[in-house]
Amino acid sequence: MSRRARLTLFAVAGPGFTAVLVIGLAGLPAFGHFHGVYGLVVTGTELAERHATDLVTALNFDLRAFDTLGEEFILFASVTGVVLLLRQLRGEDRRPRGGDVGEHRFAGASEALRVISVALLALLVALGGYVIVHGALTPGGGFQGGVVLAAGPVGALLAGRYLAVKMVTPEPVLEALDAIGAAGYALFGLGGLVFASVYLKNFLPLGIPGHLLSAGFMPLNSIAVGLEVTGGFLLIWTEFLDQALVIRSDGGKRGASA
Amino acid sequence: MTAVQAVAIIAVAITGGAVALFEDPLRETFLLGIYGMTLAALFFSLQAPDVALSEIVVSAIGLPLIVLAALRKVREQAREREHGRRNDERGSG
Repeated sequence: MSRRARLTLFAVAGPGFTAVLVIGLAGLPAFGHFHGVYGLVVTGTELAERHATDLVTALNFDLRAFDTLGEEFILFASVTGVVLLLRQLRGEDRRPRGGDVGEHRFAGASEALRVISVALLALLVALGGYVIVHGALTPGGGFQGGVVLAAGPVGALLAGRYLAVKMVTPEPVLEALDAIGAAGYALFGLGGLVFASVYLKNFLPLGIPGHLLSAGFMPLNSIAVGLEVTGGFLLIWTEFLDQALVIRSDGGKRGASA
Repeated sequence: MTAVQAVAIIAVAITGGAVALFEDPLRETFLLGIYGMTLAALFFSLQAPDVALSEIVVSAIGLPLIVLAALRKVREQAREREHGRRNDERGSG
């Protein structure tokens, strides 16, 4: 398309778009004055009927539990895709840089950084576990806690010990975590079908709102999602970091002979 | 709109613009983390701590690690290609 034609098109479309945008924005409710009833309904029912105090988690694991099942498997499928694409290919060698197998050193990784990263590891694991099990009580849940938990072992990467990360979290374990988490969520839903005759319906005692073991099976769902996210994220990071730090092309030698 | 929300929105605008304006992918990755933090502050000031937490974990840990690893791989491949070309020239010359 010539420049003239493009400008003509813009001269027509630009003002039209602006007009629609201005009309649309003028009709919006004022900032902070959203008049949706959905939020009010959720606030009323989830606390009274499910004893959950974090309504976002309650929304994910109760009202929209089936959507969450779909999201679970979106994550599972994407992790599987990444692993399939990035695994070691023909014509690639596994050679850690520097030859020292136990360690991958960053230039300039000081002793202080290594101490901090070890301290950070413990803190991240504790925080991740806390966020996961308190999913139905306080902000956060399986997803957020799962990523924090996964970030723990990666803290060792900061200390320049990438291969130590891989020793703590071997790939078969990560794959199992990912699969068990995804399957666990689906199976808790099946429990609903068996004990409450509706798929993904709560079938456990509700407990007292605000207590750790409350909100029915939401803490279990949160743990299942947390396991899947921990395994999935660590698996993705491991594949990417493998590509960056360990796997390298053998210069086409093996590829050419094959 | 409270003052905290206004400050958060302005911070999001500045850091978001900075991410788009820098051309070096490495700097952009770090800026993206800071941008995610300001966005999380905005979500938090709008009383959405769940979303703020998700934003923090994705923009500060999840994405940068992947981008940094990819950047390193790309640079290494570029260096190897350069190295290979130099070897070829030496071989023919």
